[in-house]
Amino acid sequence: MSQLEPQVLSGGIFEEYTVLSLDDLSRMCRVESQHIVALVEEGILHSEDSSRADWHFSGATLRRARLALRLERDLEINLAGVALAIQLMEEVEQLRRELAGRF
Amino acid sequence: MDFKDYYKVMGQPRDATDAQIKQAYRKLARKYHPDVSKEKDAEARFKELGEAYEVLKNPEKRAAYDQLGLNHRAGEEFRPPPDWGAGFEFSGAGPSDSVHSDFFEALFGAASRGRSRDSRGAFGQDKGEDHHAKVLLDLESTLLGGTRTFTLQVPHIDPQGHLVSTKRVLNVQVPKGILPGQHIRLKLQGAPALAPAPGTKGTPGDLFIEVEFQSHPLYRIDGRDLYLDLPVSPWEAALGASVQAPTPQGNVELKIPAGSHTGSKLRLKSRGIPAAPPGDLYAVLQVTLPPVKDDKAREAYQAMAAALPFNPRIALGV
Repeated sequence: MSQLEPQVLSGGIFEEYTVLSLDDLSRMCRVESQHIVALVEEGILHSEDSSRADWHFSGATLRRARLALRLERDLEINLAGVALAIQLMEEVEQLRRELAGRF
Repeated sequence: MDFKDYYKVMGQPRDATDAQIKQAYRKLARKYHPDVSKEKDAEARFKELGEAYEVLKNPEKRAAYDQLGLNHRAGEEFRPPPDWGAGFEFSGAGPSDSVHSDFFEALFGAASRGRSRDSRGAFGQDKGEDHHAKVLLDLESTLLGGTRTFTLQVPHIDPQGHLVSTKRVLNVQVPKGILPGQHIRLKLQGAPALAPAPGTKGTPGDLFIEVEFQSHPLYRIDGRDLYLDLPVSPWEAALGASVQAPTPQGNVELKIPAGSHTGSKLRLKSRGIPAAPPGDLYAVLQVTLPPVKDDKAREAYQAMAAALPFNPRIALGV
C-alpha cells in the first residue's frame, strides 16, 4: 500500500531551538525518567543545570539518549559498557573523518 | 508467508541451551547492530536476529515454535496451524519497536503487543507516539535548502491487529543549514493517539527525520565545516599565486601564500554549511607534479635539479 502526499511538509531543525526537560526526554524516549537519570549519572548525557529539579538538555541529547538506550537494550550491556561504546564510536567516527582527508 | 528458521539465524542447533542462545545473540548483535556495524545488510540482519532471539530466549515462545518447527525448512511456504497458540501464554514482547516479519506476526504478534501496550499506559494515550526515520540527503539540500521526496517505512497496526509496515511518500522542505545527525521535526506527522480521552481525537505524535549526507565528489563534511582538496602546481605552492577554487556558493579567487605545501589549509570563512553560525570551507592544498610527457618537460625538471640543491630527506638523516 502506498500513499502519495503531494503537499510539501516543512519543519524546523529540532536541535536548533529545543531545550528538553527530563520529562520531555523520557517521554520522547519512551522510558521512565529514572532511566534517563541513570544515563546522566553515568556521564552519557549531560544536563545544562546541575540541580536535578532544573535539569535541561539540549536537543542533540535526544539522539544520544536513543542511541544509548538502543545499545543497552539490543546488545544487553550495562550503562558503563554503553558509555564506553559511545566514547569509542565517537573516536572511530573522528578517525574516519580524518582518514577521509588523507586518501 | 515463508517459514523462518530462527535456529539457523542464530547459528545454533535446536538443542542449544539458553546460555548458548544468549551468547550467540550477543556475539551476532555486536556484529550486525546498525549503530556499530559497517556490514552492508546490517539492518536487515539485525532485525532478523532480534526476532529470532525474542522467540528463542522466551521459554513459552520457544516451546511453541519448536512444536511447529520440526517439519519446516527456512523459506518454505508456511501457514500457522488452526489450533496455533492453544495452551501457550505469551508474555510481553519487551520494548522492541521494530516491525517483525509476517511469520512472527502470525505466530506471536497480537499476543505480545497486547501486553506491551498496557505497560506503556502510564505515559498517557492522548498523544500519539513520535516516529523516527533516517534519510540520506545530497549535500546541496542543506547548502541551498529545497524540497526532497522521502519514502519511509511506517509501522502501524492494521484492522486485524497486526503490526505492519507501509510505504509513505513525503515531500519535505529541507531546512537550509541542517547538519549531519540533526533532525527535521514534522509536527503531528507521527502515530495517531491510541486511546484519546472520550469525545476527543487526541494529538498525533511528531515525525523526526534524522539526516545524513551522501559523500560529495568535491566536499567532505566535518560538523558544519567543509573540506575541499585543491590541487596546485609546485610553482603556485612555492611562489604563491591566485587560483580559482570551487565553493558551494560558486567559484572564488583564492590567494595561495608563497611557501605553501601539500596539506596546507586555507580557510574560507562562512563558506561551509549555512547553519547558525555558518561553518567554514577549508581548501586543503595538494601539490601536483606536472607529468614528464616530452623532452621539454624533462629539460625543465633537469634545470630545476641543477639549479636547486635540495635534499627532501634531510630530516631522515640520509
